[in-house]
Amino acid sequence: MSSMPAATRRLLLAAGPIIVALAVLPYVVDPYDTVLLSYGLIFAIAALGFNLLLGYTGLLSFGHSAYFGVGAYAVAFTLKYLKVSSMELFVLAGVLASAVVAALFGLICVRYTRIYFSILTLALSQVLWSLAFKFFWVTGGTDGLRVPTPTLLGVSIGAGQDKMTFLAHRYYYYVLVIFLAAVGVMWVIVHSPFGKALQAIRDNETRAEFVGVQVWHYRWIAFLISGVFAGLAGALWVPLNGLTTPDILLWTFSGEIVFFTVLGGFGTFAGPIVGAVVFNYLKTFAVGYTVYWQMFLGVVLVLLVLGLPTGIVGTAIRLWGKRRKTA
Amino acid sequence: MDTLLIHALNSLLYAAVLFLIAGGLSLIYGVMRIVNLAHGNLFAFGAFVAAWTVGRLVGGPTPTPLLYLVLLAGPFVAAALGAAIEPTLLRPFYKRPEEYQLLITFGLQLILEDLVRLIWGPYPLTVSSLYEGMGSLNIGESIYPTYNLAVIVVGGLAAAGLWAFIYRTQFGIVLRATSQNMRMAQAMGVNVNRVYVQAFTLGCFMAGLGGAIVVPQQGAVLGMGVDALILAFVVVVIGGLGSLEGALIGALMVGVVRELGITFFPEVELAVLYLMAAGVLLVRPAGLFGRA
Repeated sequence: MSSMPAATRRLLLAAGPIIVALAVLPYVVDPYDTVLLSYGLIFAIAALGFNLLLGYTGLLSFGHSAYFGVGAYAVAFTLKYLKVSSMELFVLAGVLASAVVAALFGLICVRYTRIYFSILTLALSQVLWSLAFKFFWVTGGTDGLRVPTPTLLGVSIGAGQDKMTFLAHRYYYYVLVIFLAAVGVMWVIVHSPFGKALQAIRDNETRAEFVGVQVWHYRWIAFLISGVFAGLAGALWVPLNGLTTPDILLWTFSGEIVFFTVLGGFGTFAGPIVGAVVFNYLKTFAVGYTVYWQMFLGVVLVLLVLGLPTGIVGTAIRLWGKRRKTA
Repeated sequence: MDTLLIHALNSLLYAAVLFLIAGGLSLIYGVMRIVNLAHGNLFAFGAFVAAWTVGRLVGGPTPTPLLYLVLLAGPFVAAALGAAIEPTLLRPFYKRPEEYQLLITFGLQLILEDLVRLIWGPYPLTVSSLYEGMGSLNIGESIYPTYNLAVIVVGGLAAAGLWAFIYRTQFGIVLRATSQNMRMAQAMGVNVNRVYVQAFTLGCFMAGLGGAIVVPQQGAVLGMGVDALILAFVVVVIGGLGSLEGALIGALMVGVVRELGITFFPEVELAVLYLMAAGVLLVRPAGLFGRA
């Protein structure tokens, strides 16, 4: 224990109670709320990946819907053409497909920074969207592709078992375990020498280059990892949603990924996680409450950017720091 | 030969509307260095205002030729909206990183999208009588709607007018100076805040004009803003962010490719456009006419 870095020890201390709470949750709340949280955790995986680029490397991607969508469509294609329904294979397909696409798009995008990077990522994601939209005999067009309940670790949904119960229990734990693993992997990545190099690139590209960081190469790897996280999230998302449509490839969904990362605070590790979960509740609430949910979210975003630019977690840390100082 | 001419006219038609949208987007970026994700919604706003206003008057005592002028309500309201948005929502962000500027305009996009739904409801508004009212022309064996020609003319006039405005007037000089070096312009006594609000208003006016002139042909529908924004993006990326010549050339290129695409490769038409944009970015990241 003593050899562990202080940051990691703090993480385990803070995370322990949260993990316990997440683990007992399905026994405490309605299945509906558990499923809602599953969505939140899945978006959190995408946000974690996204933030490796924005928060740690200083690149704002406006095209992360591409990798999320590729993960989701890879699952749908695996089911459609290979006729398998094993979740493990789905996840594998989603991760591999998004890795290939992210590697390719990354090669193109990481040569640029700032606004050009954002626009290039956006343009490339729109290529995929338009293909999914137009090649309806492959992708189902706007109808999308249906993905029924998969088998988890070889066990399929019991005959006569309610789908909601399945999603709220077994599938929730499946998502939870992968989510925790993703958080762990990302934590290791950002605290590794590689992660530090990314932060050096973010803070000063020229200096990073001078101390021997291969800027281009590091950015590409960060892009790849980031895309794979989004693809993993996409793969987990499809069975929950039951359907994949071109909407998840559209640039406005990329905007939502940016939204929840900023909502939580992109300057912190936990920010994107908190942001994704909160955003998911916020959006679900708004959609159920009013047809003008976009306006509601837009107002929240504008107020957030005006008033709390460091997001929920960033602001909480600042307030906590102040309290400790005055105490 | 006739079909070729028709294809050429259709390309010009797309290009005219696209130039109005993309030109405004590019102008705003050129002067203020802001990529306005809500720009498409100002286009939609112009369309809805125009459709609604004309819809009130159609069938009334107003003579039909006057109704075409009434369409101009669209651009003026869009411009007014722009003039209100810039000082209140955008101004606090010029000194902040680009991420925040993109986010604030994304938030604005969400708000304006629903504002249109709130005001005019979910159903499309049409004033096709204005479209049919102009009749059609015989081009060889084929028939071509006269209104489409009018749109091409308006697009051409807008491009010429904008060029004259920016290269032949005092205001244009101030605008270009601010665009090239904001600090220096400020030091020379230019009121940068005023230039910004003027540039943004002008950009919104163009978007609104684009929206208004497509209304007789296509009507005003929800979601038209988002679609338009994406095409306008392709145009400015190809032409170069901030360059009006680029927006014009980009609009023409996209117009031609769209027309070819719809005729010959409808499935990949949109994908080809985005790939074109990505290709140009790869070779010349600042676009064909942009300065990095």
